[in-house]
Amino acid sequence: MTSPLFEIDALEVAVEDKQIVNGLSLTLEPGEVHAIMGPNGSGKSTLANSLMGHPRYTIAGGDIRLQGTSVVDMPPDERARAGLFLAFQYPTDIPGVSMINFLRRAISARRGEEIPVREYRQLLNEVLGRLQMDEQFVRRYVNDGFSGGEKKRAEILQLGLLQPLVAVMDETDSGLDIDALRIVSEGINTFHSDDNAILLITHYQRILRYVQPDHVHVLIDGQIVESGDASLAERLERDGYEPFMERTKAEVLSS
Amino acid sequence: MTTPAPEAPVTPRSEYEYGFHDDVEALVKLPKGLSREVVNTISDIKEEPDWMRKLRLKALDHFNARPMPEWGGELGDIDFNDIHYYVRATDRDESDWDDVPDYIKDTYDKLGIPEAEKQGLLAGVGAQYDSEVVYHNIREDLEEKGVLFLGTDQALREYPDLVQEYFTTVIPPNDNKFAALNTAVWSGGSFIYVPPGVTVDIPLQAYFRINSEDMGQFERTLIIADEGSQVHYVEGCTAPIYSSDSLHSAVVEIVCKPGSNVRYTTIQNWSNNVYNLVTKRATAYQDAVMTWVDGNLGSKLTMKYPAVYLMEPGAHGEVLSIASAGQGQHQDAGAKIVHAAPNTTSVITSKSLSMDGGRSTYRGLLKVYDGADGCRSNVRCDALMLDEHSRSDTYPVMEIDEKRVDIGHEATVSKVGDEQLFYLMARGLSEAEATKMIVNGFVEPIIKSLPLEYAVEMNRLIELQMDGAIG
Repeated sequence: MTSPLFEIDALEVAVEDKQIVNGLSLTLEPGEVHAIMGPNGSGKSTLANSLMGHPRYTIAGGDIRLQGTSVVDMPPDERARAGLFLAFQYPTDIPGVSMINFLRRAISARRGEEIPVREYRQLLNEVLGRLQMDEQFVRRYVNDGFSGGEKKRAEILQLGLLQPLVAVMDETDSGLDIDALRIVSEGINTFHSDDNAILLITHYQRILRYVQPDHVHVLIDGQIVESGDASLAERLERDGYEPFMERTKAEVLSS
Repeated sequence: MTTPAPEAPVTPRSEYEYGFHDDVEALVKLPKGLSREVVNTISDIKEEPDWMRKLRLKALDHFNARPMPEWGGELGDIDFNDIHYYVRATDRDESDWDDVPDYIKDTYDKLGIPEAEKQGLLAGVGAQYDSEVVYHNIREDLEEKGVLFLGTDQALREYPDLVQEYFTTVIPPNDNKFAALNTAVWSGGSFIYVPPGVTVDIPLQAYFRINSEDMGQFERTLIIADEGSQVHYVEGCTAPIYSSDSLHSAVVEIVCKPGSNVRYTTIQNWSNNVYNLVTKRATAYQDAVMTWVDGNLGSKLTMKYPAVYLMEPGAHGEVLSIASAGQGQHQDAGAKIVHAAPNTTSVITSKSLSMDGGRSTYRGLLKVYDGADGCRSNVRCDALMLDEHSRSDTYPVMEIDEKRVDIGHEATVSKVGDEQLFYLMARGLSEAEATKMIVNGFVEPIIKSLPLEYAVEMNRLIELQMDGAIG
């Protein structure tokens, strides 16, 4: 039997001795789109960053496996080269480093060999065109002086260039106007194929109108409290997170 | 200079690639120590005019009278009686590379200097080996236009009046202890004169090399850019690794006449047993532009603050400074700009790196005199530390005696950020690769102002230094 593409197995994550993610399990198969939806403070960003190996987050228990191999002891760069990708909620600026130089290094790292200049140019122009981004964009310094929308587009540009196996999208829809949201969503859809999987982490349902999820999970207090199909997102949009939070409280009280 | 105990040798900078030395007996090597006799002997060897000998002796008195500076870096280990003040390897200054002695030629071949000249990247080349200039050459068409580019000693022989007119006019013999020392025992250096209206389109380059142990190199460079002329001068420096320290104490004087444009680029890559104590100053007259591009990677201690005195309206001064301090190094570098006339402008951009326990200091002075109204200046100094045990200090001094001025100042000290590292590593770059990328980005504003081949070299040198620091 082959292993699932990506497994989060009873994961517990702590930040400075405070446990934020409490035994979360999730399995992604190739071709799937999963959405994790949760209110503020439910552990969404902690989950996203810990999946990628941010040093501030400690894995207190459980496992994360990519194609059956545990990644929890891997530094972020090894995870990235293995095919894991995180689209950042707040991408960091790196002044003085041009996008064009950075992207070439990143692609070469992912492939394990230097991408030839000609192929790089072609690939870059193709993905830029798809995202309706100007060629001059890559002459700028990484995220330096980018607007909120430009930052998110730059993340999607990287998604398209790096071709990961699993893409974790941390609140990619936040701060986008309706046109940018549509372009970014198209970028995600174009990337998506039967060989990869997407984990959308979001507060709002609106991106799910453009990127159709196969499964929707509700995250409360670092745990998945309910899973369902796309209709669950609609229910959340209508009723909010309140009913799920009430229920969690009740469970805690009765235990 | 003091010789450390054998069990505590100077740690070579990681992969310092110019640490070799030639085992050839010098033609002339004065005994160690500093005295009137030594100064007289240097002047005798050079058969100098009387005014120069007197100037040297006067400067020696200044040097003896002045205390050691108590600010900046640790100078206490310098023993002025343990230095050879004059070492001459060959008796000629050649203009044909083939006539330069083979072992010296080999040294410069290893440093890649004649190659750059052959490729036509340079308008002229000078090479100084220990105390004397061993080679100088300039493109014929520039020579025909009256551009002078030769060793300062040679200039003193061939153009004594021109040298006398400007020598010590920018940096007086008693300016500071090390300028006084240089004036007393100076030897070698470049002399450049660019006639009015002449543009030297590609750089003139000089290369300074200390080969002998326990030696002091005291080159003296004088550049005169006449009205409306333009010139870019580049110098590079290396030295072998010995167990005892060497002293490099140069003086560079530049006169930018009205409407001229001078750029002076230094890539200093001394081995890290060299004390590098240099005084560099330019005067800029009406509408002249003076730019110092100053890169400091090597040495044990560098104290160097390139200065521009803006003497007449419309003059512009600029200092771009980059310093990188690794293990056992202290780079105390910065800039000094003096606005002595109205409507003058200046920019100081400084970037300093410290890693592997190294220490970088930015020390700057911005002075605006009363009456120099309408001046504009922008000072920006950024420091980046690669690890916890390195050190960075900033001492930006501003003395503004005039109200109607526009002064901007910004300073940052930062560590290579966890968020930046995480971002780049999340894209597959190793920690070392990510750190290099962040550092390259940090120094980019300076690097991009260098001519391409020097930009490449500078990046390469910083990466070499980081290889030792971050493994």
